[in-house]
Amino acid sequence: MMERREILLSAENVSKNFAFPRSLTQRLTGKPAVAVHALNGVSFDLHRGETLGIVGESGCGKSTLARCLVRLHDCDEGRIMFEGRDVAALKGTERRQFNARVQMIFQDPYSSLNPRMRVRQILAEALGVHKMKPKAQIPARIAELLDLVRLPADAADKYPHEFSGGQRQRIGIARALAVEPEVLVADELVSALDVSVQAQVVNLLLQLQEQLHLTVVFVAHDLRLVRHISHRVAVMYLGKIVELGQTEALFTAPRHPYTKVLLDAAPELDPARRSKTVAVKGELPSPVNLPTGCLFNTRCPHAFNRCFTDRPVLTARDPDHLAACHLTDFGLPFQNELTA
Amino acid sequence: MTVALTRRPVLRLIPRPLLFGGILIGLSLVLAVFPAVFAPYDPIAFDYNALLAPPSRAHLMGTDNFGRDVLSRVIHAFTIDMQIAFFGTVFPFVIGTLVGALVGYAGGTADAVFGRVVDAVITFPFLVLVIAIVSVLGPGLVNMYIALGVVGWVFYARIIASEIKIQKRLDYADAGRAMGYTPMRIIFRHLLPNAITPGIVYLMTDMALAILLGSSLGYLGLGAQPPTAEWGVQIAEGKNFMSTAWWISVFPGIAIVLTGLGFSLIGDGMAELLRTRK
Repeated sequence: MMERREILLSAENVSKNFAFPRSLTQRLTGKPAVAVHALNGVSFDLHRGETLGIVGESGCGKSTLARCLVRLHDCDEGRIMFEGRDVAALKGTERRQFNARVQMIFQDPYSSLNPRMRVRQILAEALGVHKMKPKAQIPARIAELLDLVRLPADAADKYPHEFSGGQRQRIGIARALAVEPEVLVADELVSALDVSVQAQVVNLLLQLQEQLHLTVVFVAHDLRLVRHISHRVAVMYLGKIVELGQTEALFTAPRHPYTKVLLDAAPELDPARRSKTVAVKGELPSPVNLPTGCLFNTRCPHAFNRCFTDRPVLTARDPDHLAACHLTDFGLPFQNELTA
Repeated sequence: MTVALTRRPVLRLIPRPLLFGGILIGLSLVLAVFPAVFAPYDPIAFDYNALLAPPSRAHLMGTDNFGRDVLSRVIHAFTIDMQIAFFGTVFPFVIGTLVGALVGYAGGTADAVFGRVVDAVITFPFLVLVIAIVSVLGPGLVNMYIALGVVGWVFYARIIASEIKIQKRLDYADAGRAMGYTPMRIIFRHLLPNAITPGIVYLMTDMALAILLGSSLGYLGLGAQPPTAEWGVQIAEGKNFMSTAWWISVFPGIAIVLTGLGFSLIGDGMAELLRTRK
């Protein structure tokens, strides 16, 4: 358990906006830039060896966060620290080393592989650029990587279009593993796959994590999947983490009203366990014009005056279970307090 | 049955247009490289005993007003016109592809500036612009290639830039960035092979256009210079004799049509062959 506590990667108050392009006339007349606020002050620590699940509705900034973690985006505010260093400051060799140590697996297996490169070329390129192996050992390493992701050895000489979605996702995993990363950021790893294939790929990830001592950030919208594989879970809403805690604690005793409605909205096969509460009302507010105060106040069943003026910060009495809700100030877990 | 089974995939692999286009251009290349082997006469030798002779056994395509054998001139013109097809397009293609790839990837200001340059160039009618440049530089083939290079690259650059803009948003480009690959590696090793197909298809059409343009300039006296055998020059030479000796202009015209058709067919076939498999 001590091992889990080593902080490998952390986000400190990360914000990211995407400005809409302004036309020349808009720029000349000095119209202010309109921006989508994708991330609004995200903070969390990633502990070595853990799987951190990140869940939320589509449009909540999960993917943007994943991309910021691997530096596909630079944050506008705040910073991402890797082993105590700001990743935005890494240049040249250090930056390349960071790229090798923090790798990403993409959502869409159909666009994440170059259609004109054979699997062998895709893997050899990663191995070659990062000088992972001397040239003579590259073919052997490719065979090893394919074996690692349970693909036949003859897959090396095929093109991506010759594979199914699940197999392509394995190639994506093999590519990421080629550079021997410590952190793997999986953005909606299986959401593009058939349900029958999802389990295989997820189980492969779990096995690889154990075998290679990986630290995993698992971004998904599928609650059950996240519960299945994560040690800790962060719930995102409108570009902010609203709750962060140990998986079981978060799923059984949520402390944020959004987490509660999210869990209640998940379909349940067993009629006896079906939730009686109403699903979350209304639409996700536009990330262009954020609500003042708590971001969830437009849909929260428990919102009171303070929620419309102050934005709650991610805090808790129990450091293992954080929530950004004014109600937690009353001390008790949210669920016991308010549902009856 | 077995024969049919083994032969069929090979035939299927080559799109029909590519096959016919390949035959036409293949024959053209043979004539362009070895014109003397096929031409029955010297293309610039005068024969005052056979002025304006109609097609006959001795002169299959007749002779012109200097008694030169039209067939021999048409065959020798392949050398010049195939050169025009190549040199008139290769520089625009290479320059346009490089600029388009870099600008498309960079986006932003570079793309905005590039867009205005493209607008400026395409505002002028292509032929007028080329003629203007050749007039300034002086007539001749080399100056014609320069003029085509100066004007033609924007068309390739525009095609490639728009394709690169599509490709750079796909996840495999992000995967390359997340791997720490340099922008040059991502552009030229990953994006360009996926973006170049329409450029190559356009290149083939453009070769046909270059031959037509070379012939037009030859006709206007700005391209290949007489007495060089070149189809445009030949058509120009025959224009005064259209009613009495049609063969001087018509046979070079047919040669232009056939090679142009060949390149277009290859372009069509390539489009089919290079289509990305999903």
